[in-house]
Amino acid sequence: MTLIETLASVSPGSALAEAVGKRAEILRLTEAAHDAVLLPRDPGGLSHGLRAALAARMARHNRSPALASHYDTLVARAGEAATALLAEPDTNVTDPRTAEIVRHADRLTLAPRDATRAHVEALAQVGVTDADIVRLAELAAFVNYQVRVLAGLKLLGEMR
Amino acid sequence: MSEVVHTFTTTVPRWQPYVVPVDFATATDEQHAAMQTTPSNKGISPYVLTLAHDPETLAVRSPLFNLIMYGKDGLAASERELGAVAASVVNRCVYCAAVHASRFNNLTKRTDVIEAVFADGLEATLDEHLQAIFDFSARLSTTPPKAVASDAQALADVGLDELEALDLVLSSAIFGWANRLMHTLGEPMKD
Repeated sequence: MTLIETLASVSPGSALAEAVGKRAEILRLTEAAHDAVLLPRDPGGLSHGLRAALAARMARHNRSPALASHYDTLVARAGEAATALLAEPDTNVTDPRTAEIVRHADRLTLAPRDATRAHVEALAQVGVTDADIVRLAELAAFVNYQVRVLAGLKLLGEMR
Repeated sequence: MSEVVHTFTTTVPRWQPYVVPVDFATATDEQHAAMQTTPSNKGISPYVLTLAHDPETLAVRSPLFNLIMYGKDGLAASERELGAVAASVVNRCVYCAAVHASRFNNLTKRTDVIEAVFADGLEATLDEHLQAIFDFSARLSTTPPKAVASDAQALADVGLDELEALDLVLSSAIFGWANRLMHTLGEPMKD
């Protein structure tokens, strides 16, 4: 069973469970996307530990304790002391490159509508490469997608 | 003279990235493979070449996006597009809104719904069926999501079954993803 199905705990045999079964390929690809953004073979300039901590932080911004807990497990597994604290919102580090990445991750989660060219330029100025800017956007975009699939499934499950 | 488009429109702008896209001629085998399927089958655009900076994710995301938006049975294609538009209004992705609003108009052969959405944004008044769809999607799209049980119940009340409601969750959510790429990695231009 995929992570989202586990966390949504859809009642077996329900009409919603049947619908989820018809969308099994979508859930399988969602799980594959999780692995691609959290545990990529080539992490570039965003370590697995930083990715997990940012994902946990995004889950908390979205009030999703179940996903935050899942990402805390990945943070622990990565064992990267310098970035683990970032899993909690309103924290940051002194290293200017990582600090700018964290600020952008918060913006991508909380207020993507406010994002501008200047924010991408600010990332470039502290040495974040174009590839890492794309990787960061994919990470935030995926986690925010995942949060909403889970939240929506839970609403449908509770109703019926 | 090119200028940035800041207001919602059904005239699809040109998307211009803030970063330098991957050069197709010098791309790696993995990047070429990841570009074989493209979102909405729109070909190797500057958007796809930008996302090719992260080929592991792109290779999964394009087929996922296409299955959610264009998969068979379940929610009507036009209603998936309305879910996409609602998310794009919340996140103010002018490019995404233009593409998917024009698809909604083409599929439904009507323009009044999108006109109302573009004029009144999240306060738009629609017929009961489309209102339930639009409001659910918009409320799922905020951070944190503010959709509640009554928003889900409204979907059932206007006749959506479980599969249709699930498809709306997925099409709204995938635009929480698409908007965070399109609107933050580049901007819509009018040439």
